[in-house]
Amino acid sequence: MKVVNKKVGSVDGVGIMKGRKAFTDDYADKDSLIIKVKRSPHAFARIKNIDDSKAKALDGIEMVLTYKDFKRISFTRAGQGYPEPSPHDKFVLDKYVRYIGDEVCAVVGSTEEICLKALSLIEVDYEVLEPVLDFEKAIDNKTIIHDEPEAKEMFDIGFKPKKNIAASYHMHIGDVEKTLSECEYTIKETFYTQAQSHVMLEPHAVNTHIDYQERLVIYSSTQTPFHIRRIIAQALEIPMSKIRVIKPRVGGGFGGKQAIHGEMLAAYVTYKTGKPAKLVYTRKEVFESSYSRHPMKFEMALGADKFGKLKVIDCKVLSDTGAYGEHALTVFMVAGSKVLPLYNKVDSVRFSGDVVYTNHTPAGAFRGYGAIQGNFALESAVDILCHKMDMDPIKFRNLNMMKEGETSPIFAIMGEGTEGTPMNMDTCKLQECVEDGKALIDWDNKYPYKDMGDKIKTVGMAIAMQGSGIPLIDMGSATIKLNDDGFYNLMVGATEIGQGSDTVLSQIAAEELNTTIDKVIIYSSDTDLTPFDVGAYASSTTFVSGNAVYKAAKALKTEMLNEAARIFKVDIKQVEFDGEIFKVKNSDKKMTLRDFSNEITYSEEQKQLQVTSSYVGPKSPPPFMAGFIEIDIDKETAEIDIIDYVSVVDCGTTINPMLAKGQVDGAIVQGLGMAMFEDVKLAKNGKLISSDMLNYKIPTRLDINKLTTKFVDSYEKSGPFGAKSVGEIGIDTPPAALANAIENALGVRMTSLPITPEKILQKLKENEK
Amino acid sequence: MKINLKINGISKILEVEPGEFLLDVLRRNNYLSVRRGCDNSSCGVCTVLFDNKPVPSCSLLAVKANNHEITTVEGIQEEANKLAKCFGEYGADQCGFCNPSMALTVYALKQENKNATDEEIKEYLVGNLCRCTGYVSQHKAIKKYLGEKNESS
Ligand code: FES
Ligand code: FES
Repeated sequence: MKVVNKKVGSVDGVGIMKGRKAFTDDYADKDSLIIKVKRSPHAFARIKNIDDSKAKALDGIEMVLTYKDFKRISFTRAGQGYPEPSPHDKFVLDKYVRYIGDEVCAVVGSTEEICLKALSLIEVDYEVLEPVLDFEKAIDNKTIIHDEPEAKEMFDIGFKPKKNIAASYHMHIGDVEKTLSECEYTIKETFYTQAQSHVMLEPHAVNTHIDYQERLVIYSSTQTPFHIRRIIAQALEIPMSKIRVIKPRVGGGFGGKQAIHGEMLAAYVTYKTGKPAKLVYTRKEVFESSYSRHPMKFEMALGADKFGKLKVIDCKVLSDTGAYGEHALTVFMVAGSKVLPLYNKVDSVRFSGDVVYTNHTPAGAFRGYGAIQGNFALESAVDILCHKMDMDPIKFRNLNMMKEGETSPIFAIMGEGTEGTPMNMDTCKLQECVEDGKALIDWDNKYPYKDMGDKIKTVGMAIAMQGSGIPLIDMGSATIKLNDDGFYNLMVGATEIGQGSDTVLSQIAAEELNTTIDKVIIYSSDTDLTPFDVGAYASSTTFVSGNAVYKAAKALKTEMLNEAARIFKVDIKQVEFDGEIFKVKNSDKKMTLRDFSNEITYSEEQKQLQVTSSYVGPKSPPPFMAGFIEIDIDKETAEIDIIDYVSVVDCGTTINPMLAKGQVDGAIVQGLGMAMFEDVKLAKNGKLISSDMLNYKIPTRLDINKLTTKFVDSYEKSGPFGAKSVGEIGIDTPPAALANAIENALGVRMTSLPITPEKILQKLKENEK
Repeated sequence: MKINLKINGISKILEVEPGEFLLDVLRRNNYLSVRRGCDNSSCGVCTVLFDNKPVPSCSLLAVKANNHEITTVEGIQEEANKLAKCFGEYGADQCGFCNPSMALTVYALKQENKNATDEEIKEYLVGNLCRCTGYVSQHKAIKKYLGEKNESS
């Protein structure tokens, strides 16, 4: 291969570094109307009256928007394919506010200053209602958060709003109780995972204007431009043909920009007034009023026979979706479907529970998408079982984990919101991942721990899997066209959000067309100009969109050979093409690509060569990995230094090894943040305390010493050039690996995230008693 | 009110409000490489050089820039280009929202201490957050860039 699996710098790195106009707000009209949202100070309340007369009287205020301006059409912000597996429980503006930070009303004015002044002049009369702030007390609470008749599920997701249940799910294989009763060793433990904020550095931003064709143009920092177009059309009853969504460069998403945020209000303002408008979230709004990761509670039971064979896994899960049910069911299911198959040789397995509404900031999509939560619970539980059996955790995993060529019945049972798709693991190099990781971290010399005087050195590990797109649902497509002078345009709906998809997709096209990456000019995500793609989520881009690009490039090559055969007046089988020159076999007839492209553009039987191809995956081959952490723990303070994090990953062929490493490195550090300190903290009344970057700490340069990231040889037949996806998997292992390391060193089991020195000291104290 | 300042070596007279921050003034005047990532000087994305020292422009009152020199990445294009090449070599660029501010800070470090140690580099850049890369690849790229200058000077 010439371009794929090679060190190729990203196609846009230089321009971005040099500060070229790139991100959404760089494209805002200078005279845009500014939109500011008044946000609820109450966790739950009914709006009795909004007095906006003083605000409206202000010079420079164009309009004040309240729920009265909008027809009551329920929708979900989730940003998923249609019909969504998330309940339609949201209105553009509503007369109920359901969390602190929820939208009350919006002001639209000429400057930010005027708007802020107007916000302060609006008087809202609330009937304050009793909120639900403990997700374990949500079900059957006397407070019903979504009592409105318009709230509905699009198909059966176990939606029971009267019980504060946004979704529920149950599956089982075998008889869990019976198997547990037959096991030599059993363990039971309860785990908690916290809410985590995405903290992508670019806040959510949107700007809108009407173009000279009188159409609504929306620039949005989104991961899902095509879904945004559809949701806006449905909720605002604007004909879809009137809307164009352009996604410029996006400054990080991690799932946080899968959903629709300010787009709805901005679109409405411009559609109504004909004037350009913009809405950029403050950092506080990003924390408080977008969404974070679903906090979950896992009640786990595992059982093994006397040889250490895992026989049964039981998980009862409760998930907190906050005030709205975005991704409620699907994140919940992924906590099982992309975790449990890791141990595919069990006799019985059960996964069940509910996703509940509370009056918290909503939860939604976030890299890992349930798998990181489930992984923490299962991989922690596995180590607890190993300690009980006095068995080396690596030996245990080698005995019990998924191997190449095997399958798990769970794939057929659990999909994302629907039934799953059966598949065999044509590639699963978990064994190599574990072996290599063990060597790289020097496990045998460091496990279980080494006393270093003031500090204890220790290691811990966990294994993980993810998916590659949602099979039979996620569709990606690509258009490739040949230009005169012999270069190509590649148009994809796939959404570059900083993960490098523009580069990776260009590489796939260049490889198949036998050319260099500079000859492939990519443009992504413009709903008018590029073909459809579901967007950047579910680790789908390399696999799903990449396959579409591969198909399109292959088809274009065939068309080019056809045309060359016509020009040479020979059969197509006689024509060879090496990326630059067409040749007739056994003859000296040849033509450069440049001459060829010029000829078909200008000289004879002129035509545009262009191909569009689409791809829907019949399966979703999981990437796998093993993660190993090495830490030093201070004996007195329990402060933790991360010495190294070793990741050994099977993601099939790495289309771009450097960018793939970047995905894993970045995800590991986000996972470490979740494991060690990131925590969405709430006051008693439900108000977010961690609503800025001083109170919500993300990892800095000083927290990270070394990341050792390695890819094992692997080739997934169904992927483009053998690739699977790699965007999410890196985030899954750090919480469990850290908790496991701590037990290896200190003999205490941390069961809730984040794992802080305070919590460790407390546990140690409890243990002394 | 009006302020006099030099932006990227060019003298400018800009109209500003008394309470306005430099970040907003710069963006209003089309220096779009300077961007906002937070509300309280804690992310580093809005960094500019103020008399050659990196500062967050989101918390600097524009009037304070009167009679001073401001550099944005538009003013150090060649250096940004070099750094970008180093980033490319290590796969250190992802979304790039942090990158122009990184270029300015690293450039300032190079002026001050071209032989900075690993720890000194980290300390100097600690205010420039990045949520995408996990920092290690950036660190390698930055070292390479600092080293290049050493060789040529
Ligand atoms: S915008 Fe974050 S430090 Fe200035
Ligand atoms: S590359 Fe995205 S924040 Fe640094």
